[in-house]
Amino acid sequence: MIATLGEYTLASLREIGRISAFIANGVKCCFTPPFYFKEILRHIISIGFYSLPIVGLTAIFVGMALALQMHVGFTRFNAEGAIATVVLIGITRELGPVFAGLMVAGRMSSSIAAEIGSMKVSEQIDALVTMSVDPYKFLVAPRIIAAVLTMPILVFIADIIGVMGGFLVATTLLDYSTGSYLAQTANNFELWDVLSGLFKAAAFGFSIASFGCYHGFSSDLGARGVGRATTSAVVASCIGILALNYILTTLFFGA
Amino acid sequence: MKNTITIENIHKSFGKLHVLNGLSLNIENKEAHVILGQSGCGKSVLLKCLLGIFEIDSGEITVSGISVKDKSQSKEYMQKFSILFQGNALFDSMTVIENVEFGIKQSLKHKHLSDKEIRSIAEEKILAVGLQDRVFDIYPAEMSGGMQKRAALARAIAVEPEILLFDEPTSGLDPITGGLICNLLKDTVKNLGITSLTITHDLRVAEFLSDRVSVINKGQVAWIGHTKDMKKCGNEFVEEFYRASNVISARK
Repeated sequence: MIATLGEYTLASLREIGRISAFIANGVKCCFTPPFYFKEILRHIISIGFYSLPIVGLTAIFVGMALALQMHVGFTRFNAEGAIATVVLIGITRELGPVFAGLMVAGRMSSSIAAEIGSMKVSEQIDALVTMSVDPYKFLVAPRIIAAVLTMPILVFIADIIGVMGGFLVATTLLDYSTGSYLAQTANNFELWDVLSGLFKAAAFGFSIASFGCYHGFSSDLGARGVGRATTSAVVASCIGILALNYILTTLFFGA
Repeated sequence: MKNTITIENIHKSFGKLHVLNGLSLNIENKEAHVILGQSGCGKSVLLKCLLGIFEIDSGEITVSGISVKDKSQSKEYMQKFSILFQGNALFDSMTVIENVEFGIKQSLKHKHLSDKEIRSIAEEKILAVGLQDRVFDIYPAEMSGGMQKRAALARAIAVEPEILLFDEPTSGLDPITGGLICNLLKDTVKNLGITSLTITHDLRVAEFLSDRVSVINKGQVAWIGHTKDMKKCGNEFVEEFYRASNVISARK
């Protein structure tokens, strides 16, 4: 029993060590030439542009549900007037970045792991090495840079759509006055609420790309190996997002 | 010394599995050498050790006097090689011409070629391997196995290698396409006047492409010579390999 526990602990520590070394190398490659700008652009389009519909849809539904829930909750102690503020803060600080992060993690982390895992299986990574191309610089750095640059933009758009979703539900279903809802939103707007969410988004982008790349690189050969790598990438990046969210929230808003 | 490959007593293990057990081999400049052996005998591992993709546990590999372990000269070492991978290893996200251009851009950086010159070399090499200009802008997944092999060969020769490596060059191809590819490889090596090292388990490919053959068994070179001498070479494993290959050919 103790031996098993010890083996498990050692295996976990080894894995943490491998992930840390991989991420450290990936970050180093982001700041050292050569930079593959065409690859960065390709991943910005892939991560950013093609994730827009799913992030937008998620944001509008989250905003709408949040407004409804707050209405039900706040009417219990006659605080319905605070709905606009709560929707604004809830979306920009927490729900916008976290939901967008989780959706992009589901979509992109798996895609990154599958692409790199397949490249490993089909010897494309070996081909890069024979051309004296550092696979970290060609495969990892562009994805990390693209994800860190793109996620804040996606989350900014998600914030707008999410707040709009809350506004739509409040003014059409819950009979709030358009003017007072908008006025309350404008009066309680604080730039830091939005900026903190955007910082979180950049960190989430880093988590998505890093775990996607790590699990792609460490995938076993064969279709089963690549399949396992994609699952692990999504799980790891989602946990990474949730853990980072707590840490950053504590840093930004903790006592 | 120039472009001579010297492999001395190399060992490579993966955990408890010993793949290469003191393998030694010498390949002369401009020689067409073929490494023959059963599946799983360590042929591809040897190739990856030669390229530095796998680190050898012990022993030494040198090419033109440069050691595979010498990190300070790793670029010079790698620039000598170009490889046609078993599965072609064309980059899925790039078109055929982008694949060839990428190889040139990365491997011939020291020549400071303009984009126009790179494009021109890439086009020339694609046409030289028997592909048509209509394949320039299509993706590897849209081509047949034979066409992919040709495109991969175009990428391999475009970087002006001194040593060409072929890993199972006919694997996954039908006999007719395999024959065409073998002819193309032989002509390419002859025209470029370079050293070639082919890894295969197919005796007919070895007969066609080789000046000399090394047969690998149990992680060591069991025999070196010409394929015509394999039948009665005195090595039990090599003679058995020869007989088995011919039985399969006869059954086909």
